[in-house]
Amino acid sequence: MTDLLPLIVAKYNYWLYVILMMIGLYAMIAKNNLIKKVVGMNIFQTAIILFYLSIGYKKDATLPIVEVGHEGQEAVVRALDYINPLPHVLMLTAIVVSVATFGVAMALAVRIYQRYQTLEEDELRMRLSEE
Amino acid sequence: MDNYPVLIVVTPLLAALFAGLAAWIEERLSYPIALIGLAISTFSAFKVLMRVIASGTIQYRMAGWAPPIGIEYRIDLLNAMVLMLVSSVAFLNLIASYKSVEQETNDRAASFYTVYLLFVVGLLGVTATGDLFNLYVLIEITSLTSYAMVALGDRDRAPLASLNYIFIGVIGASFYLLGVGYLYMQTGSLNMADVSRILQSHQGSSIVLTAFILCMIGLWIKMAFFPLHVWLPNAYSYSPVAFSRVVAPLMTKVMIYIMIRLMITVFGYDYIFKTLHLSSAVVWLATIAILAGAIMALAQKNLKKMLTYIIICEIGYMVGGAWMGNQLGMTGAILHILNDALMTFAMFLAVGNIVYKIKDVDLSNLTGLFGKMPWTMAGLVLAAFSIIGVPPTCGFFSKWYLILAAFEKGAYQFAAALIISSLICAVLFFRVFEICFFNTDSKDHEHGNGHPQIKIEEAPVSMLIISGLVSLSLIVVGLFSGTIVNTIILPFLK
Repeated sequence: MTDLLPLIVAKYNYWLYVILMMIGLYAMIAKNNLIKKVVGMNIFQTAIILFYLSIGYKKDATLPIVEVGHEGQEAVVRALDYINPLPHVLMLTAIVVSVATFGVAMALAVRIYQRYQTLEEDELRMRLSEE
Repeated sequence: MDNYPVLIVVTPLLAALFAGLAAWIEERLSYPIALIGLAISTFSAFKVLMRVIASGTIQYRMAGWAPPIGIEYRIDLLNAMVLMLVSSVAFLNLIASYKSVEQETNDRAASFYTVYLLFVVGLLGVTATGDLFNLYVLIEITSLTSYAMVALGDRDRAPLASLNYIFIGVIGASFYLLGVGYLYMQTGSLNMADVSRILQSHQGSSIVLTAFILCMIGLWIKMAFFPLHVWLPNAYSYSPVAFSRVVAPLMTKVMIYIMIRLMITVFGYDYIFKTLHLSSAVVWLATIAILAGAIMALAQKNLKKMLTYIIICEIGYMVGGAWMGNQLGMTGAILHILNDALMTFAMFLAVGNIVYKIKDVDLSNLTGLFGKMPWTMAGLVLAAFSIIGVPPTCGFFSKWYLILAAFEKGAYQFAAALIISSLICAVLFFRVFEICFFNTDSKDHEHGNGHPQIKIEEAPVSMLIISGLVSLSLIVVGLFSGTIVNTIILPFLK
């Protein structure tokens, strides 16, 4: 038990993403309203984006832009001084994907609402079994 | 001259752009553009396959960047085969689709073709790429387009089916993405060959184990492996028939391909079967998947729904074969990717023809079809024989390899499940044949004075020709399966 606390504190970024992911997953499974489910899906995807951002981070490091030293000479580049930009670039793509998914899901929710006048899943299920 | 690997993927992508733009000027232009795009893609895939068989793996560097930094298309025998399969199935289905799109989604034909092309781009890209993150993006392109396509179908039920498909599809893709993240943490690379080289020295790492489990669960959700299958039946049976004909044979099979690619190329045999000892557990899961798929298929009253459960059962065959951990099993699984795609395609083509004539394919509506649509039913019978596994159709040979593999490993429960599910398929299809052949409408009996004249009402010629062609290919592929195994699969596994 005494070992657990340092473990949580030292790796708090992972704990945060796991908690966020579980909130999203819970909403997708347990919520009755379709819009809430879609929001849960978005939280789920955002958690993974945050995970990627945190693995690119280094302590006391800065943005990966190489500064030009005095008199036009380039400073020596030390990789340790810069955060890893690759996971961040990857997440640009993942953000696009998640926005697109969100859009498609919302459009479908609109279609469902137009057809059935409700977004509650239990009511939808009742309507479907009636027909 | 050497750009064929990228042409396979880029031509349908450009065609999608132009098909979408052309629709602004003239709706009818988008169909020929789509056709040309996929024809070029199929031709390039054929060229690539021939070259890979002749001279080995092709590595294509995007824009000339060297692999660990740039994205690489690495095409070996397995890729080349799947690329050929995907592009030709998509092309043939497009020819057959003209009439059914005209009938089903006439007001949105141009958008149908555009999204269809993007879907095929995703599948082809997933197969060709040698980069883990690129693979994720392309999986999402495939999934997003298939959500949209499913929603184009049945106006009442398709949107809800599609929304449920989105929820589960997103979870699957996200798990895969998370797995790639862990792999990146351990190796610092995203190129498959590079990752695999670095992983050699990290066999015991718990990060790699997490990555492996997350990737596999993600892919299992995407391929509808049994307990994770709930999205598939509704999504595939309510989508427009022109789309279910291409998604049912290809989507799940391409996901199986990715699983095999990760197992062989990225993580490696030794890691999975010697370090982790997961083989027998997954073979048990596959056994349950096979039985569950077959039993759920028995309960269905709609032909399309029944076929979707058979897909779930077939997924069990391939996962089980791939995880058997011996060469025979992998051979059977890879051969079954080809065979199952072809026979599902043949089956759905026949179903598409039936849907074209009678809207609702509940089993009770199928009475007297042998008289009305003899050619379509001939195709359906051939496809059904192949799914059951009657020699010399191709379904028999891959099942034979899988059974041999199960005996070699001592996984008798898998062999038993395979045989039981084949018997259940036989029961299923003979029930369909019985309804179609013997039960004729009672009206015919009253009016036909001992000699009922049944009018033949077949589907359009374009659909019939494709259906016949694909059904005959089942026998041809069956007869040549020895050649396929010897020239493509065994050299790949060496």
